[in-house]
Amino acid sequence: MSREIIVKKIDIDIDPTKYLVARPKKGAAGRTGLWRTFRPVVKLDKCIDCGICWLYCPEDVIFWEKGLKIKIDYEYCKGCGICSSVCPVKAIEMVREEE
Amino acid sequence: MKSRERIKTAMIGNHAVAQAVKMARVKFIAAYPITPQTIIVERIAEMVERGEMEAEFVNVESEFAALSTTMGAAMAGVRAFTATSSHGLLYMYELTWWTAGARVPVVMAVVNRAIGPPWNIHTDHNDILTLRDSGWIIAMAENVQETFDMTIQAFKIAEDPKVMLPVAIGLEGFILSHTAEYIELPDQWEIDQFLPSRDPDKPYRFRLGEKFSIGNLGEDANHMMLRIAAMKAMYNAKKVIEESDHLYEKIIGRGYGGLVERYRLDDAKYVLLSTGAWSGTIKDAVDMLRDEGYSVGLLRLRFIRPFPTEEILKTLSGSKGVIVFDRDISLGKSGVLATEVLDYVDRDISFWGVVAGLGGVDVSSKEFASIVKGFVGEVEREGFTRRETVYYLNNEVFEI
Repeated sequence: MSREIIVKKIDIDIDPTKYLVARPKKGAAGRTGLWRTFRPVVKLDKCIDCGICWLYCPEDVIFWEKGLKIKIDYEYCKGCGICSSVCPVKAIEMVREEE
Repeated sequence: MKSRERIKTAMIGNHAVAQAVKMARVKFIAAYPITPQTIIVERIAEMVERGEMEAEFVNVESEFAALSTTMGAAMAGVRAFTATSSHGLLYMYELTWWTAGARVPVVMAVVNRAIGPPWNIHTDHNDILTLRDSGWIIAMAENVQETFDMTIQAFKIAEDPKVMLPVAIGLEGFILSHTAEYIELPDQWEIDQFLPSRDPDKPYRFRLGEKFSIGNLGEDANHMMLRIAAMKAMYNAKKVIEESDHLYEKIIGRGYGGLVERYRLDDAKYVLLSTGAWSGTIKDAVDMLRDEGYSVGLLRLRFIRPFPTEEILKTLSGSKGVIVFDRDISLGKSGVLATEVLDYVDRDISFWGVVAGLGGVDVSSKEFASIVKGFVGEVEREGFTRRETVYYLNNEVFEI
């Protein structure tokens, strides 16, 4: 059975900030790495430490420090393959994920 | 209305807006030209170029960009302004909802112009009324002096922490925008006293290096709460509009009465209701009719959003008849003001909703007086009349 709703008056805060402002948080959309069909695999021996993949990665999941080359966060990498296409020395290979 | 002794200046409505924008110390303007608005931004651009205004003027490629850019600047904390008309307003329409929804306190002048087809550069009110449900505060000026005063007050209202909504000021194309009238300009120190600089952190502020986004995808209930919060801000705006009017009167010496202006309404049996510049013509009609013994007065809506419900209720209760003049039409319903006002007209009070003056068709004070005489005559003859929509064109009042 449904209940009878009585009208009441409530105080509304007019400040829109809490409804509007979104601050970036790691994993806010869940473990997006699960969406991946192809996995970027880095051949570190070929990598020339240029940082171009880091610059192009739309998901901010490539970590690069000059001298230490790169590392990919597979928890959130969606496998778009942009890093692989922009790599000037073809050091990133897209490999099909296993079932 | 009282005013101090000041030097009077002849000014067209568009220059009055530009002058007000300068004296409000606006820091950012982005705009795209469109007749009959162009002169506003031309004048502002000149003043920025000559160094008379310390502001950034950005030429953009469209009205869509004009409001996007203005909104962005205001989100970064500066006082920002844009202006448009008719088709230009429609071209920026999506952004008008974003500006209001994101509660960005920008001010925009809308020089009222009919929307095509057929192409028409003359005035009616349908363009600014497309903002009706969007969350913009909508003001309509009657004359050049009020256009100036309203522009200054618009910033005060928009930026009030209890409000934080954008304000659109309607001034009728050519009737106000291109017509020179004598106006009194306040001194800069008076404006500064009335309108201190904006609190850049309210309601939030984009800063370099700080990561956040506005209006990103979120919970559906948040969407609804944001709408309800904006509604509350609109209610708050009623009081803020009145207070701003009083403060302006105290400092600068000119007040208008807040959301509405009452003209010869005491003891009036018949209430005329209108908004915008043609209300000046209707006032002349009221004077003519009063001279002939008619008991009439005018309620002029200075603001359409927030809607002056209380003021209208108070004025209409006890009246014998109400006649609303709409220079706009909501196709499939009636004139827009008629639609809204009818909610507050008891079933036993006579009513006419008159649609006239669309596309800039001129209506003289004599013609207004004739329409009112027709209305009053019908009430006196029949005892009662109720016509939601009649049209006035070519000296005829007709239904279809």
